[in-house]
Amino acid sequence: MTRVTCIEPDGGTVSVDIRDGWSLMQGAVSQGVQGIEAQCGGACSCATCHCYIDPAWIARLPPPAEAEAVMLTNVAAERRPGSRLSCQIRIEPGLEGLVVAFPDRQS
Amino acid sequence: MSAPVVIVGAGQAGLQIAESLRQEKYDGPITVLGAEPHAPYNRPPLSKKWLLERPDVATLAIRGPEALQRRHIELQLHCTVTAIDRQAQEVHCADGRRFPYGGLALATGAALRTLPLPGAQLQGIHCLRTIEDAQAISASLDACTAHGRPLVVIGGGFIGLEVAATARKRGVEVTVLETLSRLMSRVVAPIVSEAAARVHRAHGVQLRFEVHIAELLGMSGAVRAVRCADGSEHDAGCVVIGVGINPEDRLARAAGLECDRGIVVDEYSRTSDPLIVAAGDCCARRRADGSLLRLESVQNAVEQGKSAAAALLGQRRAFAAAPWFWSDQFDIKLQMVGLSHGYDQVVTRGDLERPAFSAFYFRAGRLIAVDSLNRIPDHMQGRKLLDHGLSPTPGQLATPGFELASLLQP
Repeated sequence: MTRVTCIEPDGGTVSVDIRDGWSLMQGAVSQGVQGIEAQCGGACSCATCHCYIDPAWIARLPPPAEAEAVMLTNVAAERRPGSRLSCQIRIEPGLEGLVVAFPDRQS
Repeated sequence: MSAPVVIVGAGQAGLQIAESLRQEKYDGPITVLGAEPHAPYNRPPLSKKWLLERPDVATLAIRGPEALQRRHIELQLHCTVTAIDRQAQEVHCADGRRFPYGGLALATGAALRTLPLPGAQLQGIHCLRTIEDAQAISASLDACTAHGRPLVVIGGGFIGLEVAATARKRGVEVTVLETLSRLMSRVVAPIVSEAAARVHRAHGVQLRFEVHIAELLGMSGAVRAVRCADGSEHDAGCVVIGVGINPEDRLARAAGLECDRGIVVDEYSRTSDPLIVAAGDCCARRRADGSLLRLESVQNAVEQGKSAAAALLGQRRAFAAAPWFWSDQFDIKLQMVGLSHGYDQVVTRGDLERPAFSAFYFRAGRLIAVDSLNRIPDHMQGRKLLDHGLSPTPGQLATPGFELASLLQP
């Protein structure tokens, strides 16, 4: 389990323990974190699990693969330097303490 | 709106309605009634990733139980609704319970189409809609692997082809039998069907077109072959039938709501009863021109769910985005946006052989849909174009070097 701090669209903060090996999206959605739609269920096909990685963490994650990078060009909310698709971020112990925010719209 | 809200159906649409009600600050009671034993779960992986890797079914859950409790969404599972009493404003369940409602949402989903074939009761014959269906198919595929027996898929649509691809990846021989002359013919252009057929064949899938199934043959109660009307027999260790779904509108019909192969709703997801909304696979949406649109997709469940929740709260929120769908088969990422029905011209861009191309569908010179195989940028730009009512000309698309994105610059 790795603890991740999620900032919901209304500013509320929820800490969730996510099973290692799960995606950030899976872990956050299953625990009811608000602000994620994940319409394609994690297939990198919809860009509705957009999140903002805290600036301190951006460089500590593996960069987006090509498919994710392309999908990020069409996110519904503003795209920022920390924009990622949460379904493509694999949780592992090195991410303990990750801070991530979710936008107010996904579609 | 008057409380309480009862939602019939605990799938993607039912869950969305419940959560959207909470997001819109409705704080009265919400009860979601689900016939299945599971909390809301993702169905799309059942034919793809789940069937390949078979992780714990908990990974399929959309929301864990605590997440629903935290939002005060009451979930009743194993709860089959048998009737809606619109006079008394309550729904009746098979176990005798009654749930009174101030507002009612129907998210009853769809029922699998079946084939009334001789031998249909044999063991090893499956359809795919639920977790239990996927588990049964998975067990049959294990048996096929163990005994060197093939899978026969009846129906060359999305579900059938996804199962075929997954079974091949699991080392099972696969034959796909399709009544029509090409794959996914209800949705995609011939050029897309042909590219998909090439990929399936390259991975060893046998494809047979224009075949009519006559009978499922058994031995000791288990299926052993599929016999076609032309007399040909296809050896089968198990059979998966993927011939589509029918909207589950029986409850609504019995209650006297307007139905026409689906619960008829307007663009705001309202039914013919002002206290009742509906969303997802069970619906037929009346469009401005009077025609009915049935969509079977997660996007439709989510977006109609949002609009149904808004309608329960007396607001109007139309589902206006271009419909999109996706399928993963072998190394093809197929993404579709728009509705290509009635197209009169198709322009392709990209490499047909790899395949990595998109088919752009036009009607009277306007873009109406884009199907992309391994061309994610085209799909994403197609969504933007269609959502904004923009259209390239067929000539622009046929021009090498023309950038779709140039139409989207502010």
